Order: sequence, then C-alpha cells, then structure tokens
Amino acid sequence: MARKRTTITMEVTRFRPGEDSEPTLQSYEVPLRKEWAVLDGLNHIKDHLDGTLSYRWSCRMGICGSCGMTVNGKPQLSCATFLVDYAPGPVRVEPLRNFPVIRDLVVDISDFMTKLPKVKPWLIHEGETPEGEFLQTPQEMDEYKKYSMCINCMLCYSACPVYALEPEFLGPAAIALGQRYNLDSRDDGDRRDVLASAEGVWACTFVGECSTACPKGVDPAGAIQRYKLTAAVAALKDFLLPRGARR
Amino acid sequence: MTAFHNIVVVGGGGAGLRAAVAIAEANPLLSVAIVSKVYPMRSHTVSAEGGAAAVIAEGDTIDEHAYDTVSGGDWLTDQDAVEAFVEEAPKELLRLEHQGCPWSRRPDGHIAVRAFGGMKKKRTWFAADKTGFHLLHTLFQTSLSCSDIVRYDEWFVTKLLSDEGRVHGVVAIEMATGRIETIIANAVIVCTGGCGRVFPFTTNANIKTGDGMALAYRAGAPLKDMEFVQYHPTGLPFTGILITEATRAEGGWLLNKDGYRYLQDYDLGKPTPEPVMRSMELGPRDRLSQAFMHEHAKGRTIDTPYGPVVHLDLRHLGAQVIDTKLPFVRELCSKYERIDPVKELIPVRPVVHYMMGGVHTDINGATPVEGLYAAGEVACVSINGANRLGSNSLPELLVFGARAGQAAAEYVRTLQKGSTSAAYAQGRDEERRLTKELRKHDAGTERIADIRTEMQTTMEDGAGIYRDGDSLDKAFVKLHELRERFDRAAVDDHSTTFNTELVALLELDFMLDIAQSIVACAIKRTESRGAHQRTDFPKRDDEKFLAHSLVHRPNKVEYLPVTITRWPPGERVYGR
Repeated sequence: MARKRTTITMEVTRFRPGEDSEPTLQSYEVPLRKEWAVLDGLNHIKDHLDGTLSYRWSCRMGICGSCGMTVNGKPQLSCATFLVDYAPGPVRVEPLRNFPVIRDLVVDISDFMTKLPKVKPWLIHEGETPEGEFLQTPQEMDEYKKYSMCINCMLCYSACPVYALEPEFLGPAAIALGQRYNLDSRDDGDRRDVLASAEGVWACTFVGECSTACPKGVDPAGAIQRYKLTAAVAALKDFLLPRGARR
Repeated sequence: MTAFHNIVVVGGGGAGLRAAVAIAEANPLLSVAIVSKVYPMRSHTVSAEGGAAAVIAEGDTIDEHAYDTVSGGDWLTDQDAVEAFVEEAPKELLRLEHQGCPWSRRPDGHIAVRAFGGMKKKRTWFAADKTGFHLLHTLFQTSLSCSDIVRYDEWFVTKLLSDEGRVHGVVAIEMATGRIETIIANAVIVCTGGCGRVFPFTTNANIKTGDGMALAYRAGAPLKDMEFVQYHPTGLPFTGILITEATRAEGGWLLNKDGYRYLQDYDLGKPTPEPVMRSMELGPRDRLSQAFMHEHAKGRTIDTPYGPVVHLDLRHLGAQVIDTKLPFVRELCSKYERIDPVKELIPVRPVVHYMMGGVHTDINGATPVEGLYAAGEVACVSINGANRLGSNSLPELLVFGARAGQAAAEYVRTLQKGSTSAAYAQGRDEERRLTKELRKHDAGTERIADIRTEMQTTMEDGAGIYRDGDSLDKAFVKLHELRERFDRAAVDDHSTTFNTELVALLELDFMLDIAQSIVACAIKRTESRGAHQRTDFPKRDDEKFLAHSLVHRPNKVEYLPVTITRWPPGERVYGR
C-alpha cells in the first residue's frame, strides 16, 4: 500500500510589478494536515521557507475579508478553504482576478473603496430621530439582513464577468450594500441616481457568478435583480404620475 | 515627505472610527486623519461576537451594571470611570441603532437583550452572534458620509513624535509603496487594540501585536495593569477561534470528559437546566478558565493533538435557537471542526482573548504625555480592572473612543502654538533608522518566526493562567535573550512594495517590549486577583495591591491607588 501523503505542493503566484516582467508560479512543499487551511500553508511558507512571499490575512475566521485569493481557479477566502480538499494537489494560489496586482497575492482594491461611498451606505432618515430606538420587527429586519452580511472580501468582483469588461460597473458588493439600506425600514434615502445609472444595476447581465462566489450568502445577484424592478417601477411612476404622488 | 493634520487617530477599528467621528462633530474645521495598517473594516472589532452591554431593559439599573463590572474586575476598576461608562453606554448603543446597526429585536420591534457572564441582569444587546462585525461596518459605512475624515489605509505607524513630554505626530510607512512619511499633528489618539499575538494560542487576529501600546510606551506614557491577561474559557483547539459566551447565555453547558458540569465543583453555583445569572456557565471568564486548569490537573479533561479540551454542549438548545441566535457558531464549527453543534459536542479550551491592561489614561482618554490619547483595548482607563466582563468591551470602545475624540478636539482648540522643528528632525531620524534597520537585518541569521514562536511559548509557560515567581523570572530572562537575538533577525525581502516581512519585524519589535512589560508587572504583584493568579501568593491582598501597576520604560513598576466611589472592596460571589 502506498504511504499516505504527508505533504502537498502549493503553486503560488510571485510578482512585483515594475521589477518582474511577468507573474511566475513558485512551488513549495508544505505539510498536509487535516486542520490546515490554504492560509496555514501560506503561513508555513512565510515562516519557514520563504519570508519574501506577500499576502494579506488577519482574523483567520472568515469575517475580516482580508484573505481573498484565487484557489485552483476559484475566488476563495484562503482561511476558510482547506488543503485536504485539494489533496493530492498541487493546489494553485493566485491573486484575485479583475484587480491590479500590487505584489504576489496582494491586489489593489482602491476601486471598490472609491465606489462604496457612492451608493451612500449609511442610514438616511428624514424627520425626527426618536429618543429611544426605531422600532423594527424581526420580519422587517429579514428584508435586508442578508445584504448586511457583506464582508467586502471582493470575491464577487473577482467572479463577475461584467466587472472584468466594464471597470466602471459599481459591482455586486457595492450594489448589495446600497440595497441593504434601501430595504431597511428605518431608511428614507434615495439612491436611484447611482444604483439606476449606467454603471449601476443595468450594467449587470445577471450571470449570478457573484452569488455563487459569496462566502457569506449575501446574494448580490438577487439584490441587483430586485433593484432593477424597483428602479423600473420608479421610472414608470415618474413618467405617469404627477410629482406629489410618486413616493 | 511630510503631511499635517490637527489630530491623527492611529487605528481604524471601533474606537478609532468613533473617535474620528467625535472630532468631526466637535469641530468640523479640524483636519482629522485615521492611519491604520489595515483597511478599517478589516480591524479586529469585526471578530467580536456575543454582544454589547448597556442598560435599556425594564427592571435593570445602571447601578447594577456598575456593581457587576466592579465586582467582576475584582475591585481593581476605577469606579468613577465605571460610573461614566454605564451611564453613557446606552446612549452610544442607541446612536448606533439610529445609524442602522441591525441589533437583534424582540417580536414587538424593540431591542432584544441577552444574558452574559458575570452580569446579574439581561442587558447585552446583540446582532445575532456577529455583533462586532455589524458594529464595525455600521461605524465604517457611516464614517464614509463624513468626507472630512482623511484615511491612510494600510499605513504602518513606526513611531510617535514627541518632544519635551508633548506629542507632535507620527512616522508611518505606506505599505503599498514603502514610502516613509512624517505626519505632523497637534494630537494623536492611539486606538490599535490589544496584543493577543504575544501568546501562542489566542482568539486575536494576526494584526493584534500591541503596536499602539509599544508606541505610547516608547513615547513616555506608562502602561497600566499589564499583568491582567484575559483567557476566554471557550476557544476552538488548533485555531483558537472564539466560541462566544453567548452560547452559554443561551443555555449551553460545559462538560468534562465524564459529561459532568464541572463548574459546580468550583464555587460557581449548582447546575440547573436553565441558565441562572452570575452562576455556573454564566460565571466570569477568569474563574471559568481557572476551573478548566483544575479540571485538567485532576485528569478530567480530554486529550487532543492540540492540547486538553472540555466540551461545550449546545445540543439541547435545538436547531432553531442555534440558527437564530448563534448562526456564526454553527458556521465556525462546521468549517473549522467539521462538526454540527446541533448534534455534536464542541471541543473547547481557554484561549488568550483580551488585555485588561494598556496605555494609562484618565477618564477622558488622556495619557500623561501631552496631546497623546488612547481608547479601546489599547487603553486602560480602567473599567475592566483585573477581569473584564464579556460584552463590556464593545460599549467601552464607543464610550471612551467618543470621550478621547472630544477631549483631543478640546485640547487642540486651546493649544498654544509651539515649534514643530524638533518633530521634523525626529521624523528624519526615524526615516534614517528604518532604512538602517532594514539594512542591518539583511545579514541576519535568525528567522523572525522562530523568535516570535519562542516569545509566545515563553509567555504561555511563564505568564499563563497560573504563574509564580519562578516561572515569571525565567520568562523575564528568556525575553531578554530574545531581545538580543532580535538584533540578528533576518529580513530576506528587500522590496519596498508591500513588504510584509518588514512589517512582521517591526511588529515583533513591539511585541517584545509588551511581553516584557507584562512579565515585569506580574513579577511585582505578589497577590492573586482576577486574571492574575500567583500560585505562590494565592490570596488577594488589598492592603498592598488595591492599586494599579504602572510600568515605565524599561520595566520600572510603580503603583497608583484605585479610585473607589461607592463600592468598597468585597468578596466576589457567584452562584450563591
């Protein structure tokens, strides 16, 4: 009987723009342990084999959103993706797609950081703020709850074929976060100017890759489809109704 | 390169964001910057699970919250600070509600509260079991509406500029480019969180390396009560991932290898099917982690490749309660242990979670260094004393983040114009030091990870849940040796672009200072109180030690009396 494999090969992208002409894959042999996430493999490389490898990570419990990478072709949180699931290997670790690479596995997410404020991801309330809390039933919360679960990990942008072709597209996470506030019973905001613009929901061709990639069940594709309906109805009302009756 | 802001906030987690917004509200004309080594929404506040305590429920009073906090902290809390804290906590949580935080609700739409360890009443607000995540994202997203706040995302602060006891700004490295910049400021607020990574097994994220504590310490601010390190009783083995206390608040049990609810043997009350406040599994964290150690000594824990464990039993709660109140726990168990807590027992063991100690501040977040403030876990006000109660840290970072922001804004308003030429010169010195430091480590022979691992093991062995004079002395000597070896640490990465090896080196530099300060304080405190348990001095000694440790660089310890207002020191009573 063949001996059980105790190591696995990780093929990791190495690239320093400006210094290297193109990305290359470097192979490392790391222990294959049942508890080890892909991130544990990278940490083993960094600590013991090669200190020059660069990547982001922090909470290692799937909530801070730092460690998104492309693992064997799919966008994943490297802290929540396990080496044994890729045995016998090799497992290929590349930077998230659709973003400029800063170095190795570190991508530049400043485009998202610029787009996020555009959807006004904060509560807009007209009228007086109550002394106590706004009342909101559990059913009312269920309306927006899943859209509030976004950890900004960028896996959906990496998976989105529209974002790949049209960098102006607001993108799945930003739109879902706009919808998160639109659907909150405490919110009276109007985000139509952004969400219903050419860069907003209408750019989406409903491929649904974003919802498949999302590690937190946010379903950005659903948020986008739902907002398309909202925007269409609002546009129709604009057309048909006098000003005062539009809300 | 140099930049100027009236106030620089170091750290963009809960405390830092709250402070920045407080400044913008206090005086919109002030220029405020947040400098953080990660994007704000990556900050470790995101990992807090169980909830945030503040009196809102009928039948609860702020005096009861104050008493629970004071007794929970084994009377090392400053009671004036606790009184301000319990008074302001409900306003801060309501403010977040008005900003959209999805607090869990009762069927009638009002805020729901849950039980928590060491609390006599149900007063912990929660957003399922992702409270920190929702709190942080609400604060961050709301801060985006405040376009006056300038952010330096992924900038690593290496030094506070200070001259004649007054702070003048920071020096920071832009990680993406390696650019070193001097940022001049009239005031600096340090909000960098804790230092769990000084220990080998911790719930803390990789970024929790005590940067702000070390920065302030080096700038002349004393650290306070550093010997008080909180072990949370329920972490997953291997990863150290936190399983929230809310599991026990909802009715979970801790079982030893015989399936016995062992806490009944440790003066924590009698087992009942339903949870009882301040009793058994709802006792305080220090006492529960200590009980685990005794259970282990009696051979009643379960051995695993990643150390001894006990079991957390949620099976009797049923899928519905777990899915509505504890969905993240189910997700974490499934991902990282490949078990389902609806049907299976969760293996858990005590894990380093929180620093009660930190930068010495007054009730407004001011440190003894003029113009330097601190808030959140990095600071020690102290409302946590010798043991923090679960769900007090989130309201703490809001209350004292806001106070520090307001105090800094007021300080800047009344500030006499001073010369900053010394600060510029210091900035240039620091740039030279960093360049030289990197070159020095080119020829290093020691791996950063090896020194770090040895430091962590040293801390666990010498300054863990139980310590004594011997173990602490050994740790102190070993840390001294590691500090020498640090000079020979190797940096193989010579790139200026996103050099995470350089960051790891600078973090280790900070952590070694912090580790020493923890051990130095623990050596001097020859009593047992809260989370500081000396087997050679097992009793609390109010005569000598009803006082905060203040450690000045390098490792000089003195004492400051505790402020008592209404609750004279008494016995901590749980479960009876």
